[in-house]
Amino acid sequence: MKEEDFDLLAHLVKQRSGLVLTRDKAYLLESRLIPVARKFDLKDLDDLARAVRDKRDEKLATAITEAMTTNETFFFRDQKPFDQFRKIILPHMLKARAARKSLRVWSAAASTGQEAYSLAMILAEEAAKLQGWKVDIIGTDLSAEVIEKAKEGFYNQFEVQRGLPVTMLMKYFRQEGEKWQISEKIRSMVQYRAMNLLADWGGIGPFDVVFCRNVLIYFDPPTKSRMLERIAGLMPPDGVLFLGGAEAVLGLTSRFKNMEGEKGIYIPASCPADAWKATAAA
Amino acid sequence: MAGKSCLIVEDSRVVRKVARTIMTGFQYECREAENGQLAVEECEKAMPDVVLLDWNMPVMNGLDFLHKLRSMPGGDAPKVIFCTTENEMSRIQEGMGAGADEYIMKPFDGDIIRSKLEMLGLIEEGG
Repeated sequence: MKEEDFDLLAHLVKQRSGLVLTRDKAYLLESRLIPVARKFDLKDLDDLARAVRDKRDEKLATAITEAMTTNETFFFRDQKPFDQFRKIILPHMLKARAARKSLRVWSAAASTGQEAYSLAMILAEEAAKLQGWKVDIIGTDLSAEVIEKAKEGFYNQFEVQRGLPVTMLMKYFRQEGEKWQISEKIRSMVQYRAMNLLADWGGIGPFDVVFCRNVLIYFDPPTKSRMLERIAGLMPPDGVLFLGGAEAVLGLTSRFKNMEGEKGIYIPASCPADAWKATAAA
Repeated sequence: MAGKSCLIVEDSRVVRKVARTIMTGFQYECREAENGQLAVEECEKAMPDVVLLDWNMPVMNGLDFLHKLRSMPGGDAPKVIFCTTENEMSRIQEGMGAGADEYIMKPFDGDIIRSKLEMLGLIEEGG
């Protein structure tokens, strides 16, 4: 791919999604955009770049952005954050929200739904303790296409094996031909909507728990900072933010700090020092 | 610390080889058996830590082997992961009901096996 074509497409994607594509990602750009070119009856990536330059086709620009921002995801990805959610966050919230009986969770880059549904399955396992509670899980993603897939909840055989214990498959999925569909019960626990994290969030909060994993890595530092500040603005003092393993808040914002002894969990800087001690130790 | 051991029970030599390569990558010492009967004999010699178990095999199938294993002295200990083309929900229920610990629907790859080993606490996360 020609350098000026790469720069053109990278600029388009950056503008629309915030995703920063460096030159070493050229192979990723090529492998993901060849199918897009085919879909739009364009011969190759030269043609695709030319179409972007000349026609300003909105549909094409959207398709390119979505193809570049669809990330790998699977059920209980990395396992640890879900263990932390179940063992530390949930017991705290059950106590701290006992009067209000409500819990709001946001999966900020929901992709095809695995993260939000994993959280829903954990909450379904704890249903006895959540009787009479109003639990909202919101899943958002830039791509309307993947959000539709998330809502339908169909997964192939590979997708239901990586990360998902077979006991969970037996309990929460229904087989339909070659596909597996997550149960109506779990689907009804999650609301999905297409939303660009760089644009208006349309009064989406507040949230007690935010999963925003492996999203910031794609943004430049000023965008990361802005994103973290906006998330902080949606949280009570004992809210929690989960980031990906390669992400941190240091040097980006002073609104969050690491939860002591818990890698990957961040809490508002205003959170009292002892708020999490009791449950984390328990 | 003693090495971890794995018994691969599978009638296809090609699949055994793939499974062995993957498990060796996770520092498992591997033995192989091409049917359930030979697998019982291997378990009588020494119980493995993990069994990767095919379902459909000549002589003795995986399900019969599993019943046999769980009735042997020390036969509760090995973690058994079915690894089979049987991908119907009813089969999965049958296999798990017979005492398997996990279930892999073929085709599998290293990521799926790693993921299942992690779930069973047999290897460290990301290990």
